[in-house]
Amino acid sequence: MSADLNPPVLRVQDLAVHFHDYTGGLLHRRERVLKAVDGISFELRAGETLGIVGESGSGKSTLARAVLGLIQPSRGRVLWLGEELGKLDEEALRNKRKELQIVFQDPMASLNPRMTAGEIIAEPLWTFYPHMDKLQVEERTRGMMKMVGLLPNQINRYPHEFSGGQCQRIGIARALVLNPKLVVCDEPVSALDVSIQAQIVNLLKGLQKKLGLSLIFIAHDLSVVRHISDRVMVMYMGRAMELSRRDNIYRQPLHPYTSALVKSVPIPDPKLAREAHQESWLTDDMPSPYNPPCGCIFHSRCPYIVKRCKADVPALRRMENDDWVACHRAEELDMAID
Amino acid sequence: MSKLLEVNDLSVTFSTPEGDVHAVNGVSFSVNEGETLAIVGESGSGKTQMVLAILGLLAENGRASGQALFGDLDLMTAGRAEMSNIRGRQIAMIFQDPMTSLNPFLTIERQMTEVVMHHQGLGLEEARAHAIEMLRAVRIPDAEERIRQYPHQYSGGMRQRVMIAMGLLCEPKLLIADEPTTALDVTIQAQIGRLISKLRAETNMSMMLITHDLAVVADLCEHIIVMYAGKMVERGTAEDIFYNPQHPYTQGLLKSVPRLDRVGDTALHAIPGNPPNLLALPSGCAFRERCASAMDECTQDPPSRSFGGGHLSRCFLEGEEVKP
Repeated sequence: MSADLNPPVLRVQDLAVHFHDYTGGLLHRRERVLKAVDGISFELRAGETLGIVGESGSGKSTLARAVLGLIQPSRGRVLWLGEELGKLDEEALRNKRKELQIVFQDPMASLNPRMTAGEIIAEPLWTFYPHMDKLQVEERTRGMMKMVGLLPNQINRYPHEFSGGQCQRIGIARALVLNPKLVVCDEPVSALDVSIQAQIVNLLKGLQKKLGLSLIFIAHDLSVVRHISDRVMVMYMGRAMELSRRDNIYRQPLHPYTSALVKSVPIPDPKLAREAHQESWLTDDMPSPYNPPCGCIFHSRCPYIVKRCKADVPALRRMENDDWVACHRAEELDMAID
Repeated sequence: MSKLLEVNDLSVTFSTPEGDVHAVNGVSFSVNEGETLAIVGESGSGKTQMVLAILGLLAENGRASGQALFGDLDLMTAGRAEMSNIRGRQIAMIFQDPMTSLNPFLTIERQMTEVVMHHQGLGLEEARAHAIEMLRAVRIPDAEERIRQYPHQYSGGMRQRVMIAMGLLCEPKLLIADEPTTALDVTIQAQIGRLISKLRAETNMSMMLITHDLAVVADLCEHIIVMYAGKMVERGTAEDIFYNPQHPYTQGLLKSVPRLDRVGDTALHAIPGNPPNLLALPSGCAFRERCASAMDECTQDPPSRSFGGGHLSRCFLEGEEVKP
């Protein structure tokens, strides 16, 4: 990918989001800390797509919101084009939002049911350019609708008159109407039928090329991410387990968890699926996030555990092939997928 | 093999202010004893309404016609008392979203024992023992402890396993699961998949699995019917559907599943367009507007073509003529 040559536009350094809550009633009040995101670092180049994958509760949505400045991080920095977002005042951050946009998971639920498609798409324009000419707004809105594959004559329809896939197109048009440079897609296809998922992924891929966007694409499984990502980060309980180039994740994963995730994607072939079911070993549920395992956070579910895994937290480190992994045994384990 | 459930010419219509919606049109199929049938289709294809009609659970504005023979009894004409005897005891249903189908105010124990006490007349102690046994069968750890907890204290995968355990409580002859894994992570999906295969191997229970994703039922069923806009477009064994699909829609569905097991195959195939509006269905084949092989005849009702061994496809074309 030529994206390698571009300088990074987004730098995330040791980002952490910790939530505090209380249990035990009035007298035995105890504070609990949930480390939703705990020390994540990565860089994103112009025109590059980073896939973020993990089970529910792995912190991927929280990470996305912290990157966009929608939640305050407890630690760490987010640098957008060299500027630290956390240091900007409200007005400056608001202006930056034009460049940083998000597409949400459930297209039906994230659109205001009382606004028409046109109003939903045009709303960011009214917010940021209140003096923009009405005709100009409408022209731009129709242009956006065309760009995402909607018919401009559907401009006065309400969300319930559209299918799930069309609603997600509206969500994408709204996110792109301000010409952002970075778009975070938070599980944009998880709520859609399989037959429609491919449409939306292909649309995003095409738009990214056309507009030179940087994308962060979040998903809970590895199958969809493969078709759009340059690199993929695998998260588990708030930490990065692996950050590797796309093809390596699927053929030469470095972390046992990555390999388990790859193997748990269903295969539409009865014979192969039967074999895969016998092979998969990731059985237990994720441990409680209030009481995470010591050492390597994945050790309680890992079949390759040795003494060291319970004692030391493995750092995310660079391997010889330039991929990154957080596993003590990465060199000795062969996780290749045939 | 004897038929446990035989459905003939089932149709479901909803009256709405905008007009009649024909959600299911003349679908016929059967489920054999000890076998699993998968019903596959997009949202709005009528797959859920079809099973709700069979169980007599349609919304008030819905009307069903046709026959659903369960033994000697036609479920479509059965009375209320007969149906409540069948539901839960002989036919159990697992709904899609485990969070909304469990009562958040009641403990798992209360919700599970209620079922057996009502249907089998067991006492509380026996009912609890039976419930714990079922929770163990679906691999809930510390079942004795956890049964006293509330649904929110369970993870998503565990809640779905509780739903399956509740479905199994009265040892039904037929278990219907509506998208049992759709709301779950892939890792948990694989877990539930393994649980379903185990049940298939260990009991003689029949199952109907409803899904929009062909891949998740690949190794979990003997037969598959593919629905589109309320009609059955293809029917066959799992091997027929996965290795020799005939209908362009089935072929499109299979191709749109992203595959990780193929090297270098990163192109993602999409079925163009959107599911049709059931209020304004096109004439003839409802899929023709999205079909690459559509031709003039497709404005007429397509015939049901047979490909041997009960494999049917409702299309003018035979497999090899279909454009990829």
